[in-house]
Amino acid sequence: MGVIKIMNIIEVDNLTKKFKEFTAVDAISFQVKQGEVFAFLGPNGAGKTTTIKILTTLLKPTAGKISLNGCDPVKNANQARHSFGIVFQDPSLDDELTAFENMEFHGVIYGLAKKVRRERIEQLLKIVELWDRKKELVKNFSGGMKRRLEIARGLLHHPKILFLDEPTLGLDPQTRNHIWSYIKDLNKEEGITVFFTTHYMEEADRAADAIAIIDHGRIVIQGSSNELKEKTGAATLEDAFINLTGKPIRQEEVSGLDRLRQNRRLFRH
Amino acid sequence: MKVIYILWLRQIKRYLRSRARIVGSIGQPLLFLLALGFGFGPVFQRAGEGSYLQFLSPGIIAMSILFTAVFSGIEIIWDRQFGFLKETLVAPVSRLEIMIGRTLGGATVAFFQGLVIFIITIPLGFHPEFVTIPLGLLFMLLIAFFFTALGTAIASILKDMQGFQLIMNFIIMPTFFLSGALFPVNDLPQALKVILAVNPLAYGVDGLRGALGGAVYFGIGFDLLILGSATILCLGLGSFLFTKIQV
Repeated sequence: MGVIKIMNIIEVDNLTKKFKEFTAVDAISFQVKQGEVFAFLGPNGAGKTTTIKILTTLLKPTAGKISLNGCDPVKNANQARHSFGIVFQDPSLDDELTAFENMEFHGVIYGLAKKVRRERIEQLLKIVELWDRKKELVKNFSGGMKRRLEIARGLLHHPKILFLDEPTLGLDPQTRNHIWSYIKDLNKEEGITVFFTTHYMEEADRAADAIAIIDHGRIVIQGSSNELKEKTGAATLEDAFINLTGKPIRQEEVSGLDRLRQNRRLFRH
Repeated sequence: MKVIYILWLRQIKRYLRSRARIVGSIGQPLLFLLALGFGFGPVFQRAGEGSYLQFLSPGIIAMSILFTAVFSGIEIIWDRQFGFLKETLVAPVSRLEIMIGRTLGGATVAFFQGLVIFIITIPLGFHPEFVTIPLGLLFMLLIAFFFTALGTAIASILKDMQGFQLIMNFIIMPTFFLSGALFPVNDLPQALKVILAVNPLAYGVDGLRGALGGAVYFGIGFDLLILGSATILCLGLGSFLFTKIQV
């Protein structure tokens, strides 16, 4: 039993999440091995973010079992929170604080000792090329700069599992490469398991050891990139993805919260 | 402790950095003091109640604390919209710690705000009883904690700012107007006295006024007991609702 736990750092069994009548996640099951880089792919609205929110204790599932580093994030949320770090799909910085203060805040609430905290903040801010602007308020940053800062922050506490929800969205190739090489180093040197979503198929192809594709709340296929290509008879991962999920463009439900976020400038005071 | 401290520090920094908020939250009580204080002053005097400014000042101090505290609590809705709430909710710290840190920060800001208004009232003609000022400060602190926790509780239930107007108009404004902050309550109709008796701010205003040398209605000891217990209850409720937040 202990062996299985060490092998699979994430185990998801028949996980379901319903919002009233709408089933966002429909009885999905998958495992992620310790130390693996795992890509969770799917069209817009397929259920990726909902799954991540459940795994990271932000949402409670309707049904199903989850094990995260050997503990249940539903029953022992606080214990589970120790084992992961996350970079969210949408912004989660405090605009009224400086870049450094955002990092410092994160370091403190994750219990990093001052010396380690300061070293890593410097190292990470240099990687994302924001060290020179560490004293600026985040509200003056461009979208790309905020994204870089957010990634640097998510990496600060070197978690056992790192969730990255479309981490490189809207970044230029230089920054993407930088960030991926840092993530891969972390994965190799510290054995951090990486769970990420992306719409860049070549990113998944290059970085992921294992891939699962989710569509309409169900997992349609799992395996390595090569296995996926073989099973679908496609030359590239992108072709395999389109073969499996079809060509039509997906409608994504816009929640009230997202609408408000779009209008947020109106409310600023 | 470090977690609570950094959450507290964040609230303070945010407050000190938003000049518009500071100016706005001093402007409104000042307007009330000048317009009502000097406007109704002569009538109040003629009715044989003495100086209206003397009567009004503790009420306006309480008002400024009330509004700042509720806004600080409500800030959770902003955090939810700006996404920052998620950052704190996935962190390996208990929700209770987050709630305590935020409430301490919000209450500090509100208390400070009340202190600024208090200082402003003195050159305008308010003569507080200096010996019992510490007791007055205690009441100010309790008001600050109660309403920050109330704001947190409300914000934990609300999903967006649309419900906020309702809360302002149907909870916060009546709480202020029916607290005895603006008028003496001795000769009020029975119905209003009942409302007053269930309004926590009424005890805050009464206690603060009494401590600063004015006439009391409920009695200072009773004020302290009721407001103190209400604050503990509200902190409990705020914490409970905060731990239930899903994003």
